[in-house]
Amino acid sequence: MRRLSRYAGQLLFFAAAALLTGFFASRPVYQAFPADSALIKLSFSHGAVRKVECHRLTSKEIAALPPNERRPNTCGRERVPQRIQVTVDGKLVYDAELPPTGLAGDGPARAYRKFTVPAGRHKVELRLRDNRALTGFDYETERAVELKPRQNLAIDFKADRGGFIFR
Amino acid sequence: MQVLRSVLRSGFDAAETVLARVFPAAWNPLLNLGALGFFFYWVITASGIYLYIFFDTGVHDAYTSIEYITHEQWYLAGVMRSFHRYASDALVIVMLLHLVREFARDRYRGVRWFSWISGIPVLILVYLAGISGYWLVWDELAQYVAIVSTEWLDHLRIFGESVANNFLAPDTLDSRFFTLMIFMHIAVPLIALGLLWLHLQRISKPRINPPRGLVVGVCLSLLALALVDPAVSHAPADLARVPAALHLDWFYLGLYPLFDHWPGAVTWGASLVLLVILVAVPWLPPLRRAAVARVDLDNCNGCARCFNDCPYTAITMVPRSDGTPFEQEAAVNPSLCVACGICVGACPTAMPFRRLSALVPGIDLPDRTAAELRAQTEAATLSGAGRVIVFACNEGVAAAQVADAQTAVVRLACIGQLPPAFIDYVLSRGLADGVVLTGCAENTCQARLGIRWTEQRLAGERDPHLRARVPRDRVETCWAGRQGLATLRREIAALRTRLEETGDAAA
Repeated sequence: MRRLSRYAGQLLFFAAAALLTGFFASRPVYQAFPADSALIKLSFSHGAVRKVECHRLTSKEIAALPPNERRPNTCGRERVPQRIQVTVDGKLVYDAELPPTGLAGDGPARAYRKFTVPAGRHKVELRLRDNRALTGFDYETERAVELKPRQNLAIDFKADRGGFIFR
Repeated sequence: MQVLRSVLRSGFDAAETVLARVFPAAWNPLLNLGALGFFFYWVITASGIYLYIFFDTGVHDAYTSIEYITHEQWYLAGVMRSFHRYASDALVIVMLLHLVREFARDRYRGVRWFSWISGIPVLILVYLAGISGYWLVWDELAQYVAIVSTEWLDHLRIFGESVANNFLAPDTLDSRFFTLMIFMHIAVPLIALGLLWLHLQRISKPRINPPRGLVVGVCLSLLALALVDPAVSHAPADLARVPAALHLDWFYLGLYPLFDHWPGAVTWGASLVLLVILVAVPWLPPLRRAAVARVDLDNCNGCARCFNDCPYTAITMVPRSDGTPFEQEAAVNPSLCVACGICVGACPTAMPFRRLSALVPGIDLPDRTAAELRAQTEAATLSGAGRVIVFACNEGVAAAQVADAQTAVVRLACIGQLPPAFIDYVLSRGLADGVVLTGCAENTCQARLGIRWTEQRLAGERDPHLRARVPRDRVETCWAGRQGLATLRREIAALRTRLEETGDAAA
């Protein structure tokens, strides 16, 4: 009888361990995203203009350089910060200054933002300034989009392709 | 820290006691956590090798190949997939329990810091391997894992380009990243195995294989789970859609919702703080160490019994240095010795019968010498029928509570510190009518091998063994652990009854 109860106890232990492992291996279900919403994801990497414009060195300046570093032009390394604005249905949802990356501030600025919106029709406006001016924008896009539930609308930016790209 | 350890230890003690009623001592799952971890590792490896035969490593075909594994060849590859999944989950469970149990039993400070610290990268690598495994299925869960992981990495801002950009839209998906994941999923467990080897370096005779009965039970449980609730995939990954309802594996991905919603600075900061705490724990506060074992060359003949019995590889045999005609002598490495005294119990010169010379064995604990043990044993002035001397391990039950006119208690660092000759000494000199040895619960010896060696010494299977002339019915062992006071009282009473029945009780 004692042996039988021990076997029953072992069975119970293994069953409980299997139940625990099996349950938490896939349950409870996690709702990572509302099923009736859509996502607008803005992600890009873009280098703005340099803070100090490239200019031609004078002959005096060239002569002052060590012989192995003499060159006709010089450029500052650091880039200016960019200004980005995102508006959805007329409401400003993102307005930020994007600093350049890199220790010397000479890398491209990066943006990665997600906006959850109800599924349906939306008007998306994007503006980006990447020059030394303090006002205005170099790139502006406005588009009406019809978003299905759980749709991921990716927005990238490529200056050589005209600006913002909807994917 | 002390309070936390104490609470956790009480919990483990209680759970181990319950399981001890159900399982044979050697099978107790809580006493085989490390060995079970190794076993699950091999199950994962074997099932992973089989799955790899059918797995297509291309990002666009991976899902299809896993669907074939799961549904078309469900009877073998599907079962293997479930074994792979559930053994990985079980590995996390036993690994975390192992970590908490070693913390609760205070086996991570002092010289044991090495095992603790070397276990931390293993913990991280196991998680890395598991997470990269979920990635390979390339279903909606994999998509979620990929995006949250890369977004989390991007918070560091150490990569020139955003890593998460790889998963921005279907046309940005880069199969090279997928190949990197496959490489990680294979390489990381191999690195972990190397670190596990390192993890075991400072203990001798590690148990890396669980008992066969436990293996059978575990395998049957995995099989039952594989058949009742097989591992299946979500819908295929589609970067144009956002994963919504997910069957997260909470063992591996339980923190992902936090990574997804909390700011990167918070999650990285918390992870860093947790890592620093884990690394610093062996010194919070540092263990006040007892004086380590000391070799006395005048009494050491280089027999190597202490070397063979040391659970922590703290003793090495080195060439003789004192000119005596012995080949070797024992040398103690202070940075490895935990002062358990098992070496003293193994030393044939720790002989209490010695009278012509002082009782100085070849190896001894300065804080609890063999001479002190003998003096304390002799000081027991017992009276009445059924006099009993209890040799009790410091880590076991609070044995002082059983001391009375008929019962004396002599404490040791570990029960393995007791040379068997002491039992002979007590009984042949009439210091008591019976002897009880008590310590940690069976298979839970704080110094790993104290109980095992003691049992073998008493059974005459290990030197120095208990002499044949010692009547075994006057010796009792009680491996009841810290919560075993009632059991100890019961064993003493049973011994006393036996002594009275056999006429060995003095009165």
